[in-house]
Amino acid sequence: MNNKIYNNRAWWLILPMLLLVAFSAIIPLMTVVNYSVQDVFDANTRFFTGTEWFQATLNDPGLQAALVRQFAFSLTVLAIEVPLGIGIALLMPKKGWQASAILILVTMPLLIPWNVVGSIWQIFTRGDIGLMGWGLRELGYGYNITRSAVDAWGTIILMDVWHWTPLIALLCYSGLRSIPDAYYQAARIDRASRWAVFRYIQLPKLTNVLVIGILLRFMHSFMIYAEPFVLTGGGPGNSTTFLSQSLTTMAIGQQDLGPSAAFSLIYFLIILLVCWVFYTAIMNLQKDKQQDKGA
Amino acid sequence: MNQAIPTTPEAVRKQAAATDARRRRQARPVSRQWRRRGLMTVYIVFVLLPVYWLLNMSFQSNSEILGALTLWPQDFTLEHYAKIFSDSNWYMGYVNSIAYVLMNMLISLAVALPAAYAFSRYRFIGDKHLFFWLLTNLMAPPAVFLLPYFQLYYTVGLFDTHVAVALAHCLFNIPLAIWILEGFMSSVPKEIDETAFIDGYSFPRFFVKIFIPMISSGIGVTLFFLFMFSWVELLLASTLTSTGAQPIGSVMTQTKGASGIDWGALSAAGVLTILPGIVVVYFVRNHIAKGFALGRT
Repeated sequence: MNNKIYNNRAWWLILPMLLLVAFSAIIPLMTVVNYSVQDVFDANTRFFTGTEWFQATLNDPGLQAALVRQFAFSLTVLAIEVPLGIGIALLMPKKGWQASAILILVTMPLLIPWNVVGSIWQIFTRGDIGLMGWGLRELGYGYNITRSAVDAWGTIILMDVWHWTPLIALLCYSGLRSIPDAYYQAARIDRASRWAVFRYIQLPKLTNVLVIGILLRFMHSFMIYAEPFVLTGGGPGNSTTFLSQSLTTMAIGQQDLGPSAAFSLIYFLIILLVCWVFYTAIMNLQKDKQQDKGA
Repeated sequence: MNQAIPTTPEAVRKQAAATDARRRRQARPVSRQWRRRGLMTVYIVFVLLPVYWLLNMSFQSNSEILGALTLWPQDFTLEHYAKIFSDSNWYMGYVNSIAYVLMNMLISLAVALPAAYAFSRYRFIGDKHLFFWLLTNLMAPPAVFLLPYFQLYYTVGLFDTHVAVALAHCLFNIPLAIWILEGFMSSVPKEIDETAFIDGYSFPRFFVKIFIPMISSGIGVTLFFLFMFSWVELLLASTLTSTGAQPIGSVMTQTKGASGIDWGALSAAGVLTILPGIVVVYFVRNHIAKGFALGRT
């Protein structure tokens, strides 16, 4: 990392990428900024509004509730998926055809288009034709995701666990595979308990991949749109309407350009802030590691 | 095992307990292995059950689906698959999806390779800030870009084309590709570059002839991730298209006919969207573990 050559001609290698990303990121983002400070009536009439839209957005109780739900959802799925993913990674076989087969099966949910994931769970949980919905009703539980907010929440969290735990599991699996056998042999000679092996050999090796995993999981869970949209449509009531769906309803459904642009920027900034904290954490970890190696 | 012969009853008991404990310790790995297998099976069943249900639905006729709940197709039918493969509205959805995914993979890889090389080998003004800015694009919620994209692509006349979706997906795929490739490239020793340049290789020749073959597994993994994120994204893809380049995901949402949702066709279409993913995973299965750590383990 430290022995890179200082050479500004490297910019030429970056340039094509920069032009392309600028086209698909900077121009649209500037449009959003533009809308967020103006009130647009039609192509020719517009007024500068300053921070009015931002204040309105921050004070909107509906959006505040969506934000709270969003954080509750993201933290819940992280709390379930991270330990579960580590557990599954520990259980996955390391060699042989079973390793390949299980790897493919575990990865499968990640490669299903997000709205299809919603459809799969919609079919699976319907009371009349779905195995889970029918099964729960046969067991005497009045399961209904269109009526009960608790059922809807439970189902969405279960769906997210189904969908995204593999990401954490695969990350941890790759972390575990990079541990040399000699470490385990040393632990066996020391008669280390299973817990000690996990705590002092496996977990330290996993911290790096776990930071990446938590970062990706937080980002994606914070942007979740298609799966709950297909499964519950945000209902019952607004109980499963998360930020992306509120934003889409506002921007496309109601065509409220100003407020939705302000909302977009606030939304983006929240993710950015949380991820910046994670990014610094990654960088510090790598720095610590290098210092350890140097010492 | 040179154990002393026990002389007192207490010593006998002690030794017996020690032997017993040793035997139990030797026996435990077997039972632990079975417990591992058991837990793994439970998880795999959890993963497969919803997918099995989708598969089950796709082989049933609509009257059977809506009739009684059956755990496997009573009268097995391929009518839904036949419908998808014969109706151009349906199968063009797959063609469109695959078209923009492939275009996106190509564009992203082409611009990400040199950029990742620059990030892994050189320091230059603003490199850290640029890298962080790239990562922020990975964090941008597609919903934020929905409206501006729609207006932008409409203005430049790309609306409802494959290129529009391919370019829109570059927003998160190029940063991702650079991130993964940078990890793989940094694990190639820099001495290789230096030796090649001393040997008189020009940069493009070195890059294509020597460097790319060395990180081929990294490129495979990158392509896998590009495929994955472009294939699963739908919000942008369906907003930027109407009829000409409509992805399969939005074709599926239009199955609501006069008689309610066509569950059978929906299931069959869903099954067909899972298959490309499985094929792709199969090809990269040996590198996928490293890839998921973005080349950084």
